[in-house]
Amino acid sequence: MPKFRLNRRYVISELLKQREDTLVVNGLGGTCWDIASLGDNDFNFYVWGGMGNACMIGLGLALSQPKKKVIVITGDGEMLMGIGSLATIALKQPKNLSIVVFDNELYGETGSQKTHTAYSTNLSKIAIGSGIINSSIITTKADLLLLCSKIHQIKNLSFSVIKINQEQEEIVLPIREGAYIKSRFRKALLGEKILLE
Amino acid sequence: MDKASNNIKYNWPYNIYEVFKDNKIKQIAYVPDAGHKDLIDYCENDKNMKMISLTSEEEGVGLLAGAWLGGEKGALLMQSSGVGNCVNSIASITRACDFPLLMLVTMRGEWNEFNPWQVPMGKATAKVLEALNVNVTRCEKIDDVSETINAMLGLAYKTNSINAVLLSQKLIGAKDF
Repeated sequence: MPKFRLNRRYVISELLKQREDTLVVNGLGGTCWDIASLGDNDFNFYVWGGMGNACMIGLGLALSQPKKKVIVITGDGEMLMGIGSLATIALKQPKNLSIVVFDNELYGETGSQKTHTAYSTNLSKIAIGSGIINSSIITTKADLLLLCSKIHQIKNLSFSVIKINQEQEEIVLPIREGAYIKSRFRKALLGEKILLE
Repeated sequence: MDKASNNIKYNWPYNIYEVFKDNKIKQIAYVPDAGHKDLIDYCENDKNMKMISLTSEEEGVGLLAGAWLGGEKGALLMQSSGVGNCVNSIASITRACDFPLLMLVTMRGEWNEFNPWQVPMGKATAKVLEALNVNVTRCEKIDDVSETINAMLGLAYKTNSINAVLLSQKLIGAKDF
């Protein structure tokens, strides 16, 4: 197993540094606080529940907006719960979707119990086996920066596991009213008139 | 009435497909069921519809939330057993954010069912949905199908509600191996 190398707040700041109008969906828990730590953004769809479904929200969004880049940023525990969604996403191969898993090998919100990735499970290989060919594990800053230089482009479906360290970071809570997060996102993406439909 | 129009009138899967087309439904998420076979075939042959085959029904709940974020309408097709798989996603995503959702559920475990393992979830289906505050409507007759689905689609997308149309086993025909 690769050593834990990267700090999650460093990773998120590099990943989203050049986001422009990239649409971002998170998995519940740590990755939500990470995205919120960078400040609020109308193009963030903050997911606070429905564990296991972040990637599918990203797929529906990517299929409906093929000219916009969609990045799903989630944790290893959340990804494991929705592991079948990788097979579903591979069937559609949306060019504008990238999935990034922050893998600290533990359930950070519930007492740091080890996840399956701490033992025998390799999420990147599951993605490849599901049909997502462009799949990698990132453990170094150099590899992270290479990913960040490409991730906002619309090129092909990708899946990246970033091995992060197990440091607990400050919890930064974004807005949490689901209907508001949804309507604000739709208004920013589709225009004010959408609220009258 | 000639034979062709008679067939169309009683081809309820085709009638559902026409409702989807008229309502600009773009994303069809499904776990296949024998009762949805013809509808899936019709939608697959329509270039304006994206077909999303799911490994489990709850994926469709997340998918259609994302579709609506991006401005597209969808429908989720499943068998009654799939309702059980969707429970937390319906509550914690669709309901929590007031997303619209239309579910078309083909029923098992009722009219002339031969498989006893299908009966418990079939009996629980409507109650489970109602516990989630989903509007539940049953279709027993061919004549009601397209009107009901059209109305439930409109209700879903005009009022951000979750609507399930249960297509009864009497309507779709019981499976008998």
